[in-house]
Amino acid sequence: MSALPAPSATRPGPAGPASAGSAARAGSGARVEFRSLRRAFGPTVALDGLDLTAEPGELLALLGPSGCGKTTALRVLAGFEQPDSGEVLVDGEDITRIPANRRDAGMVFQSYSLFPHLNARDNVAFGLRVRKRPAAERHATAAELLDLVGLPDHGARFPHQMSGGQQQRVALARALALRPRVLLLDEPLSALDAKVRLSLREEIRRLQLSLGITTIFVTHDQEEALSMADRVAVLNAGRLEQCAPPAELYERPATAFVAEFVGTMNRLPGRLTGTGSVEVAGAVLPVDGEAPAGRGSVDVLLRPEGVRAEADPEGTATVVSASFLGSVTRVLLDLPDGTAVKADLASRDAAALLPGVRARVAPGPRPVLVVPTTPASPVPAPRAQARAGAVDA
Amino acid sequence: MAALTPLSTPPASPDAVPAPAGAARRRPRYWRGAVLTVAGLYFLTPLVSSFVFTVHVPGQGLTFAAYSGILSAEGFTESLFLSLSLAAATIALALLLVVPALIAVRLGPPRLRAVVEIVCMLPLVVPPIALVTGIATVLRWGPDHFSRTPLYQTFLAVQNESFPVVLVLAYTVLALPFVHRSLDAGLRAVDVPTLVEAARNCGAGRLYVILRVILPNLRSSLAGASFLTLALVLGEYTVASLLGFRPFAVWIVSVSGAEARMSVAVSLLSLLITWALLLVLSRAGTGPSTAVPGAGPSAAGPTGSAASLGSAGSAGSAGSAGSAVSPSAPDPAAAPIPVPGKE
Repeated sequence: MSALPAPSATRPGPAGPASAGSAARAGSGARVEFRSLRRAFGPTVALDGLDLTAEPGELLALLGPSGCGKTTALRVLAGFEQPDSGEVLVDGEDITRIPANRRDAGMVFQSYSLFPHLNARDNVAFGLRVRKRPAAERHATAAELLDLVGLPDHGARFPHQMSGGQQQRVALARALALRPRVLLLDEPLSALDAKVRLSLREEIRRLQLSLGITTIFVTHDQEEALSMADRVAVLNAGRLEQCAPPAELYERPATAFVAEFVGTMNRLPGRLTGTGSVEVAGAVLPVDGEAPAGRGSVDVLLRPEGVRAEADPEGTATVVSASFLGSVTRVLLDLPDGTAVKADLASRDAAALLPGVRARVAPGPRPVLVVPTTPASPVPAPRAQARAGAVDA
Repeated sequence: MAALTPLSTPPASPDAVPAPAGAARRRPRYWRGAVLTVAGLYFLTPLVSSFVFTVHVPGQGLTFAAYSGILSAEGFTESLFLSLSLAAATIALALLLVVPALIAVRLGPPRLRAVVEIVCMLPLVVPPIALVTGIATVLRWGPDHFSRTPLYQTFLAVQNESFPVVLVLAYTVLALPFVHRSLDAGLRAVDVPTLVEAARNCGAGRLYVILRVILPNLRSSLAGASFLTLALVLGEYTVASLLGFRPFAVWIVSVSGAEARMSVAVSLLSLLITWALLLVLSRAGTGPSTAVPGAGPSAAGPTGSAASLGSAGSAGSAGSAGSAVSPSAPDPAAAPIPVPGKE
């Protein structure tokens, strides 16, 4: 008997970024739906009417700052928390009131959570033992899964004899042993060092793609989320801000929170002109979409790579610092009104931008977001597109 | 440099700083030896003196009559068996009470931990004499008050001389602090909530989780709690004597008047028996699969208090319990080779 779910025929083979759409993998894995989930711990509302769907076979990342409710959502799905209201559906079946030990979900915890008194093989086979499967099947499954996670020779080792990365691989194998319909990953990489984290996240993605299992991955690390997930759901204060593929999330953030949480963003003061455009840093940019009503002060969000800067003795901006990041150099400049703006420039173009140098700054043709001046406002705002034409800052 | 790199190679230059680290290493070793010698003399002198007293009779020379007569001494076997039975029952009852309570408070609201800890520690501040006075009053008052109810028979049953359940109840109260401390130390070393969730996620029910996940990781603590309780019960004199029962400690005292040498011989043997039992229990609790670092019962700490609770030889017993309980740090080299097919 094969220990593992049959690989999906529609699954792209090699591991890689989430370029393949979820639809391509429809038909494998389970569909998971959160419907109007609400969960409060005393006065603290962890989930505030969360509506979210994970498509079959996709890797959905729940991303957000600490306390945004992403772990609570995962624990509700695992059955460790009961929602105050709302429901959780897996393939249309309401599992909200089903006990945790009867849910078909494998979970990997942040702290490994291997059973200290069992060796790796027995840890992997634990669930099968609970279900009273024959010893031969248990050992065959454990051996197959340990081989799958790259630890074929570690079956006899106890948790304290393994590194963090190895323990997390064993935990992953244990979560897969019962062939769950859903795989839940609760910040599984956050306790690991950077190098192990990188290799393990590629391995998790490879496994998820090859098994075609619907996976929900909680993380506060946006790089992890963007590099691994088919779609990323950004949560804030228990509510869903946006759920979209990584590129869309980055290029077309729906809210100011998403725009500023994902990647690096400049927030510059601007002014609506009333003609569907906004004036910022001396440039006039057309607003792409529904413009905020009327005139007045707004904040304009621009990515650093959408800002151009060049050394110019006539310029009014001043270089504060320049951080070499390899092919790109991030330059921090002060505008005349005291606003700081970051610009990501090709390193060869930034050689002259040393601290103290005068420079010209211009928004480039990159998507921006126009939001009310209240920084924390979650109100979606229309996007604006930078208009060609550099304007001296 | 020598101080920074503690290698065995000597300083290359003769005028280099003469290895202060080496001197620092020798000094603790010297003091360690001195302390061990003094402590050894402190403990061994009474034992050796006692042994000499039991085997040397002025005018007769060397004789082992004090030892050879123990087994045939009246009441020895019965009192020893009674004490061991009481110890087994006390251990079972105390663990049955404390283990579920501590697991529950680990999984429940943290504020309950303080409540349980205070309740379990209360017996430390109640002298056994106060406890036994209260028990004796209730035992006297109960039969009169409940003479026409089924509780009358209960009051009589708990005072059955062949197995006085009232002593088990009293000893359980006295053992609560030690059992609590030992188990609490073990539970602190285990991430109970996460392990429970991991096991539940694998399909395990609550009872299965406790029996197959939590308890195996508490083996050291369970063993520690067990032999602290064993030592306490074997050496406990006050409660048993004042309630009119005759377990081992009371028998030793009672026989000392007529047979001084035999009394001391029995005390020495009781120490050996206690040590042997503790050794067996400690080995049972430190198996290779008990791999929770820091979960050893040594963290319980109250062995000195255990000694102070007992009398008539209990000090030695409880003290030996403390010395026999050693932390069971996992030894990677000692990891067992799993047997295929082994459940």
